[in-house]
Amino acid sequence: MSSNNPRQSIHDSTAPSTDTRDSRIGEGPDDRFNSKLREAFGASPFILTKFDQFMNWVRGNSMFMLQFGIACCSIEMIHTYAIKHDLDRFGAGVPRASPRQADVMIVPGTIVSKFGPRMKRVYDQMPEPKFVVGMGSCTISGGPFQEGYNVVKGAEEIIPIDIHVPGCPPRPEALIYGVAKLQERIRNGESSPVVVKPYELEQFGDLPKDELVQKLASEIDEDDLVMRYNWADSP
Amino acid sequence: MSTELERQQPTEVSEDDLEVLLGDRALGRDDHLNAPGFVIRPDDVQDVLTDLRDEAGFDHLSCLTAQQYSDRYESIYHLKKYADPTQEVSVVVPTSTDDPVSQSAEPVFRTADWHEREAFDLVGIDYEGHPDPRRILLPETWQGHPLSEGYDQEKPQIVTLSEHANPIQPDHHDEESDTMFLNIGPHHPATHGVLHVKTVLDGETVVDVDPDIGYLHRCEEQMCQQGTYRHQIMPYPDRWDYVSAGLLNEWAYARTAEDLADIEVPEYAQIIRTMSAELCRIASHMLALGTFALDVYGDFTAVFQYAFRDREVVQDILEDLTGQRLMFNYFRLGGVAWDLPEPRDEFIAKTRDFLDELPAKVDEYNDMITSNEIFQIRCHNTGVLEPEEVKDYGCTGPVARGSGVDYDLRRDDPYGYYENLEWDVITEDGCDNYARVLVRMQEVEESAKIIEQCLDLLEDWPEDERDVQANVPRTLKPDADTEVYRAVEGAKGELGIYIRSDGTDKPGRFKIRSPCFSNLQALEAMSEGEYIPDLVASLGSLDIVLGEVDR
Repeated sequence: MSSNNPRQSIHDSTAPSTDTRDSRIGEGPDDRFNSKLREAFGASPFILTKFDQFMNWVRGNSMFMLQFGIACCSIEMIHTYAIKHDLDRFGAGVPRASPRQADVMIVPGTIVSKFGPRMKRVYDQMPEPKFVVGMGSCTISGGPFQEGYNVVKGAEEIIPIDIHVPGCPPRPEALIYGVAKLQERIRNGESSPVVVKPYELEQFGDLPKDELVQKLASEIDEDDLVMRYNWADSP
Repeated sequence: MSTELERQQPTEVSEDDLEVLLGDRALGRDDHLNAPGFVIRPDDVQDVLTDLRDEAGFDHLSCLTAQQYSDRYESIYHLKKYADPTQEVSVVVPTSTDDPVSQSAEPVFRTADWHEREAFDLVGIDYEGHPDPRRILLPETWQGHPLSEGYDQEKPQIVTLSEHANPIQPDHHDEESDTMFLNIGPHHPATHGVLHVKTVLDGETVVDVDPDIGYLHRCEEQMCQQGTYRHQIMPYPDRWDYVSAGLLNEWAYARTAEDLADIEVPEYAQIIRTMSAELCRIASHMLALGTFALDVYGDFTAVFQYAFRDREVVQDILEDLTGQRLMFNYFRLGGVAWDLPEPRDEFIAKTRDFLDELPAKVDEYNDMITSNEIFQIRCHNTGVLEPEEVKDYGCTGPVARGSGVDYDLRRDDPYGYYENLEWDVITEDGCDNYARVLVRMQEVEESAKIIEQCLDLLEDWPEDERDVQANVPRTLKPDADTEVYRAVEGAKGELGIYIRSDGTDKPGRFKIRSPCFSNLQALEAMSEGEYIPDLVASLGSLDIVLGEVDR
């Protein structure tokens, strides 16, 4: 019978489908629970898990990325999202323009003094739990621009980073590997240690009253947030 | 070239004419390799530049280089003509170390505004009469001028994160007025990176636009001044305009340094350079199209992904050639790093395949972008930039050509192999966002034509004459105090480099003239008085890359 002529009613035997079902279930006690899940989880037909483990599993498989382009690496980051590489295949391909909707931030580029406080603020605006992938050499150490007078020597000076992806720029495959590693960590419930960061945003009035602060005192309001860079101490 | 006949050739101005024109105001000569240089007094700047513009026709202030010598500061205005960029003149303005004050050129050339702010910011020269003497790249609270002598890089710095005040509040805002301050960026999807635009709105109309740049100022000039000519500088140009335009940028450095050190490039290497640079131009324009469609009508699906599909193909070809997807580092002084990859036939066939498929893809883009009614409504007659404004702001590249200014250094100041090939310079007279898109779309086709011809040449090139590099000494030490300013046609426009040698194997001063820097300045002319969505469209059609704006 061809599908050109749909049959109006079932009048023949339904044997073939039953055969298929039988062979799939196989013989044994209580066929109904024989499934892939049962193979995976053992004899019990129930999955016992902790709620936070379950949440970690969910989190790792549905990551909302922050749409955050800084420098050269952002071009390769776009390529990772776009066709051919298609990061969405791994459950990590929804770029969100607002940090309040994102839970993973890829930092794709050089951080300079003027942008440092802004990046800190964007990071602070993301809801917990949040994760950061540092993309490229600049976010590790300042990369090729490390000796610049204006360049922060790595994004980790300002925010904690979970995964570093080296390269200048890293290939899309490398970024995918980094994101996959991050997913693995999230599923395992690991997160990066929060390091003591040398560059914090603080109020200008709270800074120790040294020569520089005295000099700027007339220009800056005491309540203004500032970030202080001690280039001599930075790595 | 078809447009050649229509262009009126400007009268050649000889050096004697210039000497007569400047008269007593020229204190002396300081010739550069590319142009005659005249030294003038700091309070004659406006006078001299006005005369050079109106009497001698130097209507393009290409670049302003500021630098400090041990005994003086110096500002160099590099002037050109839009009609013939091979006619150049440098105006050198020395100022004393104790009191570096020079007259501002802003009333003569609008583009001097940002260039002088940058010179103040990085070198520390004050420009008298400048309308807005603020820092531009570094934060307002920065201490010292990093490219001046004796700057201590280890000093601590403090950077503020204050709420941004309404820039027109003091004079325009009152209780009855209902202007609104809108802060766009530096983290915003429509700004193509980390641009920060302070905008004041009256209803939906843009009253005031103040682009705030410097969020990606990663000291490119300092990096290049610390590197040796032969190998250490070449990787950096890739990172100025990072939208796959790497080879075009490398060419800017290669051309300047080759002129400085008097290196002859083999013809075969020039053909490879021409071909690979045009591949970069295609990739770069594809990204401009894709992101522009994304900006204008939120097309993240079709056009954007199609553009990236085609970019992937170009990047594959370039990876075969150079070994890298994005940061190629393929050019060398005196040629290129290596020949086409083996098997040659396969590489040439692969590139030809791409070119064969390109017309169908361009038709597809025309179907989806330029003939799209929504797109036309958004782009037609928005972001208008008149030709006079183009010249005043020093805009170049597709932005200038979209306003009918027929200026393309590949033809007007020939380098590489362009003059031996058949291709056209695309211009459109629309002056609006739509015209700029059309220019880019057609330039992709012209680039394909150039690549096609280069492939033909490469295929038939005799095997024993394939010189990829000239014989260049391992250490280059150009004579001290040789100065040169050279530009090439980058993806975004005129990308120029000024180098002063100081007798060592590293440049004494390395200045980058970025096309995006000048183009972005024209944003205020394009968007003030227009609606806020058109501001975003105008910004997209300028096709800026922040790495190149901030350097």
